[in-house]
Amino acid sequence: MSREDYEAVIGLEVHAELSTKTKIFCSCANEFGGEPNTNICPVCTAMPGALPVLNEKVVEYAVKAGLATNCSISKDSKNDRKNYFYPDTPKAYQISQYDKPLCENGHVEIETSDGNKKVIRIERIHIEDDAGKLNHDDFGGESLVDLNRAGVPLIETVSKPDMRSAEEAEQYLRKLKSIFEYIEVSDCKMQEGSLRADVNVSVRKKGDPLGTRTEMKNMNSFRSIVRAINYEIERQIDLIEDGRTGRARKLKVG
Amino acid sequence: MNITELTVHELQEKLKNKELTISEITKAYVDRINEKEKDVQAFVTTLTEEATKQSEEIEEKINSGEIKGEFAGIPIGIKDNMCTKGVKTTCSSKMLENFIAPYDATAVKKINEENIINLGKLNMDEFAMGGSTEHSYFHKTYNPWNLNKVPGGSSGGSAAAVAANMVPWALGSDTGGSIRQPASFCGVVGLKPTYGLVSRYGLVAFASSLDQIGPITKDVRDSAMLLNIITGHDEMDTTSANIEKKDYTKALKKDVKGMKIGVPKEFYGEGVQPEVEEKIKAALEEYKKLGAEIVEISLDVAEYSLATYYIIACAEASSNLGRFDGVRYTHRAKDYNGLWDLYKKSRSEAFGDEVKRRIILGTYVLSSGYYDAYYKKAQQVRTLVMNKFNEAFGKCDVIITPTSPTTAFDIGGKLNDPLSMYKADICTVSVNITGLPGISVPCGVDNDGMPIGMQIIGNRFEEEKILNAAYAYEQVEKFRENHKPTFKK
Repeated sequence: MSREDYEAVIGLEVHAELSTKTKIFCSCANEFGGEPNTNICPVCTAMPGALPVLNEKVVEYAVKAGLATNCSISKDSKNDRKNYFYPDTPKAYQISQYDKPLCENGHVEIETSDGNKKVIRIERIHIEDDAGKLNHDDFGGESLVDLNRAGVPLIETVSKPDMRSAEEAEQYLRKLKSIFEYIEVSDCKMQEGSLRADVNVSVRKKGDPLGTRTEMKNMNSFRSIVRAINYEIERQIDLIEDGRTGRARKLKVG
Repeated sequence: MNITELTVHELQEKLKNKELTISEITKAYVDRINEKEKDVQAFVTTLTEEATKQSEEIEEKINSGEIKGEFAGIPIGIKDNMCTKGVKTTCSSKMLENFIAPYDATAVKKINEENIINLGKLNMDEFAMGGSTEHSYFHKTYNPWNLNKVPGGSSGGSAAAVAANMVPWALGSDTGGSIRQPASFCGVVGLKPTYGLVSRYGLVAFASSLDQIGPITKDVRDSAMLLNIITGHDEMDTTSANIEKKDYTKALKKDVKGMKIGVPKEFYGEGVQPEVEEKIKAALEEYKKLGAEIVEISLDVAEYSLATYYIIACAEASSNLGRFDGVRYTHRAKDYNGLWDLYKKSRSEAFGDEVKRRIILGTYVLSSGYYDAYYKKAQQVRTLVMNKFNEAFGKCDVIITPTSPTTAFDIGGKLNDPLSMYKADICTVSVNITGLPGISVPCGVDNDGMPIGMQIIGNRFEEEKILNAAYAYEQVEKFRENHKPTFKK
């Protein structure tokens, strides 16, 4: 079968750090960089007994992002804990949103290479806290933890799997970036990690049900996203042509 | 005058009349700790030297007019799960054996602002999990009424220290009865406020939707006074109620005219020690004389509350205790091979069996596939229990039950039988699941001279009513005049 008989199905989970003055659950400044562990407090370092207090501005910014992407805004929303152990997550859970996100059922319009308009649907936008950073430089075999970024507010925008090529994915991400910049909810500096995407890709024969997807996490440049998607499409087609289906796998970059 | 036998309001009176000085009070307590702590072992950390120094400083400041304050110079003891800046906060766990908090819990801050002197951090079941204080990593605490018995738990150190006159009052915390049950076992007064009345900021979380800080005191007036100090809206705790601050001592009236007291038949009878039931029934007769009307009500929630409680409490604990991972301020295993080994070894070494049991239970009920069957269902039952209590409060002002089905049990008696230990919480847990306030007041002693506790439950934010009921009964029962701990072995 020829490669033209296949199509890619692509969905993006885009994380944008919000440009609020303070972190999401404490009054530490929301700033990039700084000497390690200087912009921290009992709350964002998860000292025993510390409690989170939600920053109102985070909700405001997330709602703005929802309105700008045609979402409906939930009047009844809540936060949930996502429990997992990792040293950059001092609480041992991320405070995110599970079944009641702030914003749902939106869409944005992109322009494809043939000049046509295409609607990319947005499943949800929810708020959550960012993790700290691990430093794996040579510290005598140990890794060190910097919690300056812990508690930086994020919105995660989850698209429907509506994109069919790397180019469409790029157009969608550029669109989101320009919207978030225009409404001033995020500075979207990809090189600083304030805008980054998890990319889900699967391949199927046109008309078939969805194939097995892979997720490439934490991508922070347009170029790497396009290259990764194109590589992954080819790899998955090869697997199918070989009579093997793609095994679900996760790649964490960066 | 035996200083350490006085209540806080009596101490205040003596200070006002210049019959006593602040340093004399602190010295009396330091001497008492030196005398009794070896038998009772209520403390994890004693601050006798610091307290002595502090008492002199406060005395000077008061004499020079620099500070005033009705509680300045009064000592206190604090359960070791409330963060105290510069002083260890261990939660009676090897995990936090060397943890010094960089900040004060809000309740502690309020204590400090009154220039109250901290005599030390009090023993507890590890991470507040247990009802006997036998689950402390450091040592057991012994009941001053009989040193072979447990003081209850998890605030066993707080209750025992107050009963032994080693502190005039103390702060405890209550997740499923951890203030009221030890207060009952040790013949003192323990109040669990309405959820949200006292800030939880700085209280090391066990089960966040159930935990509350509250006073453990010698009498009801002291309880109201300590409640006055620690209440108030706190921006650091989003569950802290934004309501007007009250003076709870105003509720202390000697009669209960017109008060309707609900008596739920399900909390009496089978499983309740006969003397406990007898004494509480006698108390109800006293209430009639004081002007109350006794109303029989039905609250068939006890059994379901217990199951619901253990699912919710363990689920929340499994998440809350994740942060004790060996990476930062906790115990860290010496030899480990990579990150996962560090986690496993540090947690295996530093958590006790009861804590591990609850983390495992909690992780299980939250895991995918079981969440709906356990955790979600427990939350639904919780709503039903709340509805039952709402219904009950349509018929009465307060509800009276035993605090615990029995008086204090023998040390080691239930240690190897977790289920029977859990069952001892049957009278107290429904108050936590519903977020209601409850107080335990002494109600005579059993045939072996061990104190009995009566629990008075109120509607949300109606602490005044339960304090009123507790106070009125205390005035006629005169427990402190008639009974004293014997320290017998």
